[in-house]
Amino acid sequence: ASTLVVAEHNNKALSPGTLSAVTAAGKIGGEVHLLVLGSGSAPVAEAASKVAGVAKVLHGDHPAYAHFLAENTSRGVRASAEAHKYTHVMAISSMAGKNFIGRLGAEMDLAPVTDVIKVVDESTFERPMYAGNAIATVTASDPLKLLTVRPTAFDKAPATGGSAAVEAAPLPAEPETGLSKFVSESVSSSARPDLGAARVVVSGGRGMKNGENFAMLEALADKLGGAVGASRAAVDAGYVPNELQVGQTGKVVAPELYIAVGISGAIQHLSGMKDSKCIVAINKDKEAPIFTVADYGLVADLFTAVPELTKKL
Amino acid sequence: MRVLVAVKRVVDYAVKVRVRPDKTAVELQNVKMSMNPFCENAMEEAVRLKEAKLATEIVAVSVGPKQAQETLRTALAMGADRGVHIVTDMRADQELQPLAVAKLLRTVVDEVKPDLVLMGKQAIDGDNCQTGPMLAGLLGWPQATFAAKLEVADSKKEVTVERETDTGTQKLQMGLPAVVTADLRLNAPRYATLPNIMKAKKKPIATRDAAAAGVDLAPRNKVTNVTDPPPRAAGAVVESVDDLVAKLKADGLV
Repeated sequence: ASTLVVAEHNNKALSPGTLSAVTAAGKIGGEVHLLVLGSGSAPVAEAASKVAGVAKVLHGDHPAYAHFLAENTSRGVRASAEAHKYTHVMAISSMAGKNFIGRLGAEMDLAPVTDVIKVVDESTFERPMYAGNAIATVTASDPLKLLTVRPTAFDKAPATGGSAAVEAAPLPAEPETGLSKFVSESVSSSARPDLGAARVVVSGGRGMKNGENFAMLEALADKLGGAVGASRAAVDAGYVPNELQVGQTGKVVAPELYIAVGISGAIQHLSGMKDSKCIVAINKDKEAPIFTVADYGLVADLFTAVPELTKKL
Repeated sequence: MRVLVAVKRVVDYAVKVRVRPDKTAVELQNVKMSMNPFCENAMEEAVRLKEAKLATEIVAVSVGPKQAQETLRTALAMGADRGVHIVTDMRADQELQPLAVAKLLRTVVDEVKPDLVLMGKQAIDGDNCQTGPMLAGLLGWPQATFAAKLEVADSKKEVTVERETDTGTQKLQMGLPAVVTADLRLNAPRYATLPNIMKAKKKPIATRDAAAAGVDLAPRNKVTNVTDPPPRAAGAVVESVDDLVAKLKADGLV
């Protein structure tokens, strides 16, 4: 076996999820190569070469890859996958990974296995269905297996210690498909750690009552050096933007400490956080389902309990 | 402009699913089924395009068992003009897989010739999140997944889509035809009114046999076992914030 992991990055730094994918790829057996497609992305290729467990880095730098458009990325990944005859191509189960893996599958007539949480052997994988309420064991039959893996299910490979050679990735004859055009982007600027990588996550739900009240959670998160998240109900109600959403349809997180505030614990939210090492729930409704998964449950009015907690930590 | 909307019948989002004792699949017998929530967003967006006089016809398509016709009726009651039902008895959560569905949808695209295909970003049964990008890939069309905002240019030749990303949003522009998958911020889907439900009963639904579509439907990824997730042990109730702080400190978490 040999696996090509498609690195996720912002042209400056590798995403932490990429390190988890390297670990997952290692479990398949055989060499693990990292593909960095970007624009002005030399620092990423450099960082990729230092990741422990990576045997080679393929680096394709072209303006077509500046914004990770699915059409261009799919074509670019295919060029490397075919040139080097990998048995597996792996991406991260993020919105970026899911954006292109299906397209790549259709273009190569391959059926990806998404959201892999366990590598059983080189063609057998476990993945959740129904918001994590069922775990399916899947045997893939395609000659080239396309996978996306959940970063929370695999430890991060050490970011240093490796010394892989960096070579030029084979680029397609026409890297720019011209199908869609990047106009602009809005990246939430926060001094807090990334939701997917934070050691502590403080999430709010509909019980927060409005967006302004999230300031209370931000204060608690800052005290703990953590990130702020939200339930789908809070996003639906317009309290906070969608990128904070934790759940089946948002981000899947597994921090050391997850503090759920004013969150009832709908199935779809639990599937996004139930692998956290320690879950704390603060809710005034003692019947809320969140308490069935909480290591520590506090039945209290969040508007007094949260400031008190922030003060006493 | 003609819009094709793909809708899927799935276990209702509020149902807690159970794994069958034989561990081959989840139980679908006597379980409430509904339109996949993200397909509702896709359907709603199509209706808004028609209300804005940008779309002239909405065709809803569903791949699934005979009961999927109820899902199509819901789409018709929301505002679709006609339906296409690709009938199959294969389980749409694990046996009939995204690549096969995308190939079936391509046959409908060839027939209906839409300018825009709208669908949900993922179905909440298989949670694969693949069918939209696959259809775009098969057709060689541009794609915009996780759409939060859709604007059709007056020329009706181009769309601008604001899409959710891992770190915020991204705005893309693409020529039509294109495939756009809906995320939940795109809109708030309407409920079908009683008069519209009555009217929907008279709208046409064409049926096609999936097996006769000339598409290989066999699953490439064989589901060999389905189990419950490992249970999480119930924890302790703490009496006060002080108690909580003490516990977290004892565990070395803060």
